[in-house]
Amino acid sequence: MSNVLFDVPGPRARVRYRTYAVIGTVVVLAFIAYIGWRFYDSGQFTARKWEWLQYAQVQSDLANAVLQTLEAFAAAAVLALVFGAIFAAGRLSDHAWIRGIAGFVVEFFRAIPALILMFLFYFGLPTVGVPMTPFLGVVLGLTLYNGSVLAEIFRAGIQSLPKGQSEAAYALGMRKTQVMFLVLLPQAIRAMLPTIISQLVVLLKDTALGFIITFQELLYYARYIGSQGSFGRPIVPSTIVATGIYVVMCLLLTALATYLERRNRRNKKVVGIPPAAGEAALVSAA
Amino acid sequence: MDVLLNNLDLFGPFFLRTIELFVLSAVGSLIWGTILAMLRVSPVPVFRAIGTAYVTIARNTPLTLVFAFFVFAYPLLDIVKVDYFPAAVIALTVYTSAFICEVVRSGINTVPVGQAEAGRALGLTFNQILGQVVLPQALRSVVPPLISTLIALLKNTTIAAGFSVAEAGAIRSYLSERGDNQLVGLLWVALGFIILVTVLSFVQRSLEKRWSVAR
Repeated sequence: MSNVLFDVPGPRARVRYRTYAVIGTVVVLAFIAYIGWRFYDSGQFTARKWEWLQYAQVQSDLANAVLQTLEAFAAAAVLALVFGAIFAAGRLSDHAWIRGIAGFVVEFFRAIPALILMFLFYFGLPTVGVPMTPFLGVVLGLTLYNGSVLAEIFRAGIQSLPKGQSEAAYALGMRKTQVMFLVLLPQAIRAMLPTIISQLVVLLKDTALGFIITFQELLYYARYIGSQGSFGRPIVPSTIVATGIYVVMCLLLTALATYLERRNRRNKKVVGIPPAAGEAALVSAA
Repeated sequence: MDVLLNNLDLFGPFFLRTIELFVLSAVGSLIWGTILAMLRVSPVPVFRAIGTAYVTIARNTPLTLVFAFFVFAYPLLDIVKVDYFPAAVIALTVYTSAFICEVVRSGINTVPVGQAEAGRALGLTFNQILGQVVLPQALRSVVPPLISTLIALLKNTTIAAGFSVAEAGAIRSYLSERGDNQLVGLLWVALGFIILVTVLSFVQRSLEKRWSVAR
């Protein structure tokens, strides 16, 4: 698409673009080099600051921290998908009162920051006598927030299906529940899969919020290692390592979404969702 | 109700701080995000690669980690000293601009091809086509997703509470020091956010009505 905005460059434009390219590269490289030099100058690249990575204990603790992150992610993802499916079905119910309640719940949890939800569970509930662990707080907070976003995604997916699908199912004598769970939901999930996975990437990133309510996940461990005097307080190296791990995990999920999207485009059986609907849902998830 | 009324000196200024944080980072990320989108559609391949790399990294890093970098690691680099509040604005801008960039880019794609072609036929340069023909129309057509991104930004400001900024997310810890009920206090904070989000949704609806492009 972008090539509509400019002509195929002629000889003079090519020279000009090449000049811009050189200037751009130099500026970016200079910026990176400056940051790198600041890192070097403040001693972040000395062997002592990176030594901690060699200890077997630290390595297994780091792996454990990643595992904690993944555990919270897996639990919250499954619960959020279930929550989303139930409330999406609720918002499309034939009974006005179910629609009303489901709509209220979804809009309510979508408007509250995920961190405030975690606070509500972790700090709020114990005041009325409900015991709570950081893990549960993180999982419940992420479930309610992402679950209500997923409910909206499912709903957009179901509503974008051709009306003939449900009409045909009713004509076959199926009941409402059967129409929803055997006909509509499977198709909607398949069509919205890329958007759903993008939302799961958001969920994976948001597990790092658990750091603030002392859930001992990857970021928490990075900070912990970074404050260890015996390793020379390697906060910069440990942040770099944590960033690398997070980016790789999220990119793997994103790659899965891209792959599924490409497969869907090839498969004629999947009903095309207008890109605008999918994109709006995706963006609201940011 | 008592928890709110007894602590109005807490809720008022802290929510104002949240709004301040939101407005500054919203302006910052709208500007920086649009620049990134322009880089991503530019005729110079290197610029496109720079934009893509930035967006890929920023979108796949947790915001909490971006905060942690600017608050814990950046001061060690000894470049320019940045206070907690500006650091929070920078972290939010760095992160949100990647999402704004994607929205603006999808908006550029919705502008009919004929617009840019007509611009080229008139002899406009790339900068003129983008700045005077395509972007104004693109921005108008992406108001809903743009506001959704800003709503996400508003909710993300609470993360600053974990990094020594006294905004709405931090009300809880002050309440617990004063011995007030945290559950009730947090519910009031949640209500505050619901009100702010509702206001933004109204802004979206009125902008949508006023700016919608007739095609």
